[in-house]
Amino acid sequence: MNSLRMWLAIAVMVLSSSAGDILLSSAMKRIGDLDELRARDGILAVIVRVIGDKQFLLALGCMTLAFFSLLTALSWGDASLVAPASASLTFLVSAVMAKIFLKEAVDRRRWISALLVCLGVALLTQ
Amino acid sequence: MNPRKYLVLLAVMVFGGAGDVLLKRGMMEFGAVDLHHPLRVLTALGNPWILTGIVCLLGFFTTYLTALSWADLTFVLPATAMGYVVIAVLSKYFLHEQISDWRWAGILLIACGVGWVTRGPELTAREPRESLAPEGKTA
Repeated sequence: MNSLRMWLAIAVMVLSSSAGDILLSSAMKRIGDLDELRARDGILAVIVRVIGDKQFLLALGCMTLAFFSLLTALSWGDASLVAPASASLTFLVSAVMAKIFLKEAVDRRRWISALLVCLGVALLTQ
Repeated sequence: MNPRKYLVLLAVMVFGGAGDVLLKRGMMEFGAVDLHHPLRVLTALGNPWILTGIVCLLGFFTTYLTALSWADLTFVLPATAMGYVVIAVLSKYFLHEQISDWRWAGILLIACGVGWVTRGPELTAREPRESLAPEGKTA
């Protein structure tokens, strides 16, 4: 039962973190290159534009949920299991969601990179 | 990819890694959080290590947003995973933590993943709507 609720918290963390990344990526693409915007309109205009974006705020909400889900999962399970499991799964779920929702061209190079990073993160916790 | 973009990716890695390690350093001084008095954790904000860590993490978030404004998420995530390596190296030399052979192997795998993805295009090519050819007509 304890294991089940820990995996449930990890699932919520992974899904909300990936959703936050997808929303953030989509919002930033719509807003445009921040360096170019800053050079053209100034830093204040960039801040107002980013903070005023509804998708950006929704992404922040998702990331907040992910943060508290991670804390909850950590309180229910070992850090050596929760941290690598959530980080690795977030990498893979984000790649799948980016392909589906952002229509990103996730080619073999990106899949291999994501898998290498996943394995690397898992080994870092040994 | 131009040098400015590589610099932004580097800043994401360094700010993210340094921020986490500085928070850890500050929390080592602060001590364990007492779950019976959770609000007491707010006093940790007065610790200079934690304040510096928060400044670094703000730098991380700003550069992360900048990178996402011109690159795909599936490019930025693995490309900035070197931040894990920064954490491992800083933990060894700054926090004096032990790094096992398994961890060095993990660092090597992450470095391979990062090197592999940054050799590819950073953004999915999309045709502008107005330049789309009419249906059935090839360019």
